[in-house]
Amino acid sequence: MNPNPSKYTQLKNRILAFIALILVLSFGIFLITWIQNDAGSTLDADKEEGTLSASDSLKLAIEQDGKDRDPETQLVLGKGFEIVKANCTNCHSSALLIQNRFTREGWKAKIEWMQETQGLWPLGESEDDILDYLAEHYAPEAYVGRRAPLKDIEWYELN
Amino acid sequence: MAALKPEPTKSELTNPSRRSFVRKSLLTTFSTILGADIVYASFMPKGYIPVALSLQSNPMDGKNPEMIIRNEKPWNLEARPHLLDDAITPAKNMFIRNNGLIPENIDVDTWTLKISGESVVQEKTFTLAELKKNFKAYTYQLVLECGGNGRAGFYPPASGNQWEEGAVACAEWTGVRLKDVLNAVGIKLDAVYIGYYGADKHLNGKADEVVISRGAPISKAMQDETLLAWALNGEDIPLAHGYPLRLVAGGWPASVSGKWVHTIVVRNKVHDGAKMMGDSYRVPKNPVAPGTKVPDEDMKIIESMPVKSLITFPKSGAMFEKSRKLGVRGKAWAGELEVSAMEVSVDFGATWVQCQLKKPKNRLAWQEWNVELSFPEEGYYEIWAKATDSKGNSQPMVIPGWNPKGYLNNSCHRIGVKVK
Ligand code: HEC
Repeated sequence: MNPNPSKYTQLKNRILAFIALILVLSFGIFLITWIQNDAGSTLDADKEEGTLSASDSLKLAIEQDGKDRDPETQLVLGKGFEIVKANCTNCHSSALLIQNRFTREGWKAKIEWMQETQGLWPLGESEDDILDYLAEHYAPEAYVGRRAPLKDIEWYELN
Repeated sequence: MAALKPEPTKSELTNPSRRSFVRKSLLTTFSTILGADIVYASFMPKGYIPVALSLQSNPMDGKNPEMIIRNEKPWNLEARPHLLDDAITPAKNMFIRNNGLIPENIDVDTWTLKISGESVVQEKTFTLAELKKNFKAYTYQLVLECGGNGRAGFYPPASGNQWEEGAVACAEWTGVRLKDVLNAVGIKLDAVYIGYYGADKHLNGKADEVVISRGAPISKAMQDETLLAWALNGEDIPLAHGYPLRLVAGGWPASVSGKWVHTIVVRNKVHDGAKMMGDSYRVPKNPVAPGTKVPDEDMKIIESMPVKSLITFPKSGAMFEKSRKLGVRGKAWAGELEVSAMEVSVDFGATWVQCQLKKPKNRLAWQEWNVELSFPEEGYYEIWAKATDSKGNSQPMVIPGWNPKGYLNNSCHRIGVKVK
């Protein structure tokens, strides 16, 4: 028997496997680019329509802590989220909540201020849930000294 | 992705029947997702749609894409310090502070300014054309800084937009002197304060609710530089900055400089319009410990802004060779006062280097400064900038006195650089 045909088959199989690998890889790359482009265009569309998701700079700051967020408002998902989204994103965007950090008492004072001066309605039984949610997810962070170290410096070559 | 977003398009939003359909379907989606009982557990009036859709034109139009968005509704933007490097701030790099919604469909031909209030001899209304024709126009370069600029530095956190450094600008405003207009109308001897009313719309949707109506003592109103302005850097004021007419009172919290102004009232008492009371644009009369609850009667209205400066070149993060002499420059201002000295430090305040400081173009304009620094060793440095005003007040290196709303943080600006 001539051993060559089997060697030939082996080689053929390797080449085929290689081609298949290339195909899979390029499809993967195509898929990733496509997904990214699509995500990008969705963001742009947001801008044009002026929907009220949290602003880009805020997104950058908050996306790093691994918490799940509502894509529409960037509010942290958790108990009470729905009621907060329902009552707190009507007049202004969620960015105003996300930027701020208060204790439960501080949030209560904010809500009272909005009720007394800005036309916020009574929150009834929901108020407790709203306050629990805000106090849990938007509480003051640990204090870092009267001048914290500079952060997020983007280094660049000065020309 | 795109398919997951059933957002209506602009044309859908401007067509009323489409809009109500959109509202209904949004509410339906909402109650389906949340359970209607959750939405209606509170006393939310009809017509308030969670995640409200903005019908505003995009105020990022004409803005530098490097501006930081603090809030999209209401629109609030601030500059990064290096965007304030021009002697005269271009409109595209000017911060925006809105308390409500920007008015739409403004017609300059029918726009009027009414002067009224207890302390005018007789109420009078001017068209824009009459203002321009009857009074002499002046141009001044004026610093407008949000009272809350630097709020992000306070602890415990103070409430509102978390401004860092860039809620300040110094552009050139052209208009008539408020004092010329008030004198033409005639004001009574008992006049103590003026207040403005503008055309912005309240976020709560109530058509006749005033968003913000602040003002200044009559002495500030009568200063030469206090203008009723229609032009910014020689062109129509951009809509987001107050088109077609803005009160401009340099050196005071920018909220005194009312946008879209249609009425000025002359009052025989301190003006009591929206955001003149409570914690708004007010600070404790006496210093308080951080986090203190301060009763209304112990608060006072902010008048002149404090001395402050920014490093506008280089942008933080610069890396360069040790042999290089680094030119550093920026701006300094001091509310009603002039800046008399400017210093920088590369050793956290242990030693200070005197900078060249220019005179302001006119009173209430900011002043340019520059200095050349050399660095003895390689490594990480911070450049800290400190201005001193004509009364000897300097900027603190730490965060100054805490106050409930986080106003007046004039602590030194600093940048990081690396010497290789
Ligand atoms: C009826 C309209 C309305 C609703 C609903 C509303 N707010 Fe507000 N809120 C306002 C207005 C108006 C402001 C002032 C906005 C500004 O000055 O930029 C404000 C400001 C704020 C601020 C910043 C406060 C400050 O000191 O400037 C926070 C935080 C806030 N709202 C949280 C909430 C939360 C939490 C809810 C839900 C319980 C809520 N808002 C619902 C009208 C509303």
